[in-house]
Amino acid sequence: MIDKYDVIIIGAGVIGAAIARELSRYHLSVAVLEKEIDVSFGVSKANSGIIHGGFHAPPDTLKGKLVVPGNRKFDRLCEELDFPFERNGELMVAFSEDEISTLQFYYDRGKKNNVPYLEIIGKERLLELEPNLNPDVECALYAPSAGVICPYEYCFALIENAKQNGVNVITGEKVIELKKNAGIFEIKTEKNNKYSALYIVNAAGLFADEIARMVGITNFKIVPRKGEEYLLDRRVGKLVKRVIFPCPTKKSKGMLIIPTVDGPVMVGPTALDIEDKVDFSTTRDGLKTVFNHAQKLVPSIRSTDAITSFVGLRPAATSNYSIISKFFSIIKSFTGTKPEYIDGDFIIGRTTVSGFINAAGIQSPGLTASPIIAEHISDALLKDGLKLEKNPAFNPIRKRKVKHLRSILDEKNFSEVEKLVKENKKYSNLVCRCENVTEAEIVAAIKMGHTTLDGIKFATRAGTGRCQAGFCTTRILDLIHQETGIPVEQITKKGPGSEIVLTPLRKGRDG
Amino acid sequence: MKKKVDAVIIGAGPAGMAAAVSLRENGIKNILLVDREPVAGGILQQCIHNGFGVHHFKEELTGPEYAERYIDQINKNKIDLWLDSCVIDIEKNQDDTKTVVVLSKERGINYINTKAVVLAMGCRERNRGNINIPGSRPAGIMTAGTAQKLVNIYGYLPGKEVVILGSGDIGLIMARRMTWEGANVKAVIELQSYPGGLNRNIVQCLNDFDIPLYLSHTISNISGNDRIEEVEVSPLDENFEAIKSKSFNLKCDTLLLSVGLIPENELSIKIGVKLDPVTRGAYVDKNLMTIVPGIFSCGNVLQVHDLVDFVSEEAKICGASVAKYINNKLEKSKEIPLQKRNLVRYVLPSKVEIGKPALLSLRPMHPAKNMTLTVKTNSSVELFKRKYKNIFPSIMLRINIDVVPEDTEFVEIKFEKE
Ligand SMILES: Cc1cc2nc3c(=O)[nH]c(=O)nc-3n(C[C@H](O)[C@H](O)[C@H](O)COP(=O)(O)OP(=O)(O)OC[C@H]3O[C@@H](n4cnc5c(N)ncnc54)[C@H](O)[C@@H]3O)c2cc1C
Ligand SMILES: Cc1cc2nc3c(=O)[nH]c(=O)nc-3n(C[C@H](O)[C@H](O)[C@H](O)COP(=O)(O)OP(=O)(O)OC[C@H]3O[C@@H](n4cnc5c(N)ncnc54)[C@H](O)[C@@H]3O)c2cc1C
Repeated sequence: MIDKYDVIIIGAGVIGAAIARELSRYHLSVAVLEKEIDVSFGVSKANSGIIHGGFHAPPDTLKGKLVVPGNRKFDRLCEELDFPFERNGELMVAFSEDEISTLQFYYDRGKKNNVPYLEIIGKERLLELEPNLNPDVECALYAPSAGVICPYEYCFALIENAKQNGVNVITGEKVIELKKNAGIFEIKTEKNNKYSALYIVNAAGLFADEIARMVGITNFKIVPRKGEEYLLDRRVGKLVKRVIFPCPTKKSKGMLIIPTVDGPVMVGPTALDIEDKVDFSTTRDGLKTVFNHAQKLVPSIRSTDAITSFVGLRPAATSNYSIISKFFSIIKSFTGTKPEYIDGDFIIGRTTVSGFINAAGIQSPGLTASPIIAEHISDALLKDGLKLEKNPAFNPIRKRKVKHLRSILDEKNFSEVEKLVKENKKYSNLVCRCENVTEAEIVAAIKMGHTTLDGIKFATRAGTGRCQAGFCTTRILDLIHQETGIPVEQITKKGPGSEIVLTPLRKGRDG
Repeated sequence: MKKKVDAVIIGAGPAGMAAAVSLRENGIKNILLVDREPVAGGILQQCIHNGFGVHHFKEELTGPEYAERYIDQINKNKIDLWLDSCVIDIEKNQDDTKTVVVLSKERGINYINTKAVVLAMGCRERNRGNINIPGSRPAGIMTAGTAQKLVNIYGYLPGKEVVILGSGDIGLIMARRMTWEGANVKAVIELQSYPGGLNRNIVQCLNDFDIPLYLSHTISNISGNDRIEEVEVSPLDENFEAIKSKSFNLKCDTLLLSVGLIPENELSIKIGVKLDPVTRGAYVDKNLMTIVPGIFSCGNVLQVHDLVDFVSEEAKICGASVAKYINNKLEKSKEIPLQKRNLVRYVLPSKVEIGKPALLSLRPMHPAKNMTLTVKTNSSVELFKRKYKNIFPSIMLRINIDVVPEDTEFVEIKFEKE
């Protein structure tokens, strides 16, 4: 049997998710196919979570054009979708005369990109805003409109809302074949399931070039750029209120200090071009670089306060012929050597294959631009002939199923805790003791379909604290087993092959 | 729910239980013992090997057996014990009492007003993030303690081809335990030039099973995407940098980390308790009171103990001091600093009292042979002297020193080569 859809979106990162939600406004049958066991397990799980102010990218690029309009959408999105978001602003700080002229350059660029309330502020005001900064700072470019979000919760919210409005989201479904036959796209997946669609949206992140290649589009290649980030212990506190950038150099955008929306401070990312799309390894050099740079901005930061690290791979697109030919050497009919796209820019919209729409090469500021990219994609679909008829039943509201105990405790709102416990007893059973996550939150996440340790971690923060799941692993294994019936030895960290325990030694517990 | 007591004891491990029993023995009845686990006993419940209680009960018990002895006393004394109950906050009140906030599975949220608090929260294990091992982040990497819990309490084997980083006691014990359960333990890798755990564990857990121990080595990379597949092991130079040219790889499906314990002092910091950067436990006086009046600390949250017997002993002293505090009988006499010198990694307490003898716990910086430990006053009055054939950081020394004479300004403790 073949499942037929109007549109199939390949990839359930923030881009695929934002597109899915956007398309759910219309009378369409839409499916999202995601190769991983859960959504947001690609680039979208490992990034800085910044809704950028918008002064970094050049105005003549899509990145520069879409970042501010994307940023503007977040107040409303946050209201509708109930994910953590805070407009705390970003600062690019300068330490020398040279750097001050760099600030001026980015100020001008920001103005061209329409960044609101952008200003350059002097030392005194800067240190008043951020007293923990290195006192040697001279001045800073200040974009108060920037903010921070929890990227996976944003992605989960988009997906949940899309599902509410009729989109079919299928995880663990890797597209391995895509053909266009008599005007219809046919898909085969690794599990040998077949799907067909009139339109395809390619939102496959790091693998978007490989999807495009399946329909003969070979004019771009995704080159992963590795970024290592380090998360500090919550105990360190909010060292900074705003996101802190150094002045970029020719080589790098520099290491940032990010007060995450969940509380702990994060530092990073590094930037290194690599070839392997599944190289998620941190390095000793990365660690040193990150902390050396971070300490220059905020001297009290210590690498011994790191509780965990991760790697994100930026899906940077290039249409440079020499790079492409290195990878796609077997392709004979490569036309011309002039790059079709600006190196490193987003590749969004219609292609030479009618009905095949790209949302590729979405590196930073992809998170920020995601809502506006989604609108551009629905426009492209319209231009390629898809009828977009508003669905009057579309409900833009998604509410988080359960509240996070931690945020209530942070505010010391104990009467609220009492109320929650009264309504749902599972709130008084603490499962993750570092981040104060309760059984109520874990069970809700499992019920939403997050059945891996990583999925539950992203949905609830359980296991992200200082003990790094030493305490809660066994408890979460129990809860997943209880709620889903999956045998404990089949429960994974992040999908098949990453089981937590291999063999039961004996039946039941023996204390 | 609101409740008023004389003392709240946080943590019902061996330390908390012994402190509670001691409080009872000293006539304090209105006390509350809380633990976030479903059973009392703390870390002992997962240590099903022998070797507990040799000093205290004069017989070799398993961890759960040792715990059982104290649980019996808790029951006999009808001490109020709340399980599945986690302390999430402590606050100081104007009248010097404290409010302890407990989230309890059975009882919901509770505010306990108390005169005194005993911190007995034990330790957590250092994990990968704390030591920043480079490489990928697959499944199959966990602390030795988590593996111990999975095997001994849950009955699951985490993997079959095992490498262990760190030669702390938990790691050594897990090397043997995993071997018994049919796993192949390929190596134990230790950063230092000497083992972290007790010698008896090296012999009984590694040598008896021909498990190689690589001293002065570390894991310099981890690979594998879904599950760990291989670790890169490198020898270290004198600056503890990996010598990559001499590294070799070990295939494995599991990596256990036994790289140290960190006292669980986040609650303590919240209420203003000051920590010793070396032990990461609280600074305490000889009554085991922290710098916050009414807040006491004992067991692994104060200093990492290798023997539970000493935990019980320390907690007993702590309970007695808390009882005095509650009865306003804790005399505050003149205290002078105890200064550590040559080779003494830490000594506890950090102060001694004029006119009184004292019980000190200490550890050396590194192993050494034929050392003399002396404790002297600033005017060279000898309070303690003993020769040791061997000293190890893995073995805590507990010593009794003589009465500190009047007019002493400070006391010095040091090791010296004979
Ligand atoms: C270190 C780092 C920091 C960043 N910081 C920021 C920031 O602060 N602000 C900001 O705006 N942006 C930031 N970004 C960029 C942002 O994270 C990305 O732009 C965004 O996450 C890209 O989303 P995506 O949906 O395109 O990709 P992905 O999240 O990777 O989604 C693509 C999905 O497609 C799936 N897929 C691939 N192949 C197939 C197949 N064959 N079949 C089925 N499914 C498939 C993948 O599994 C994946 O889930 C950062 C990026 C990195 C790496
Ligand atoms: C693997 C291993 C092997 C050992 N082997 C031996 C041996 O062979 N012989 C020997 O003599 N000793 C041994 N020891 C040492 C001995 O077991 C410990 O020193 C002792 O258990 C420490 O006791 P404790 O009460 O301080 O801490 P723990 O036993 O860790 O107890 C602390 C308790 O506090 C609770 N708690 C923490 N925070 C909170 C909170 N906020 N709210 C509520 N409850 C909380 C915890 O749940 C826990 O139950 C071993 C230790 C380990 C880890």
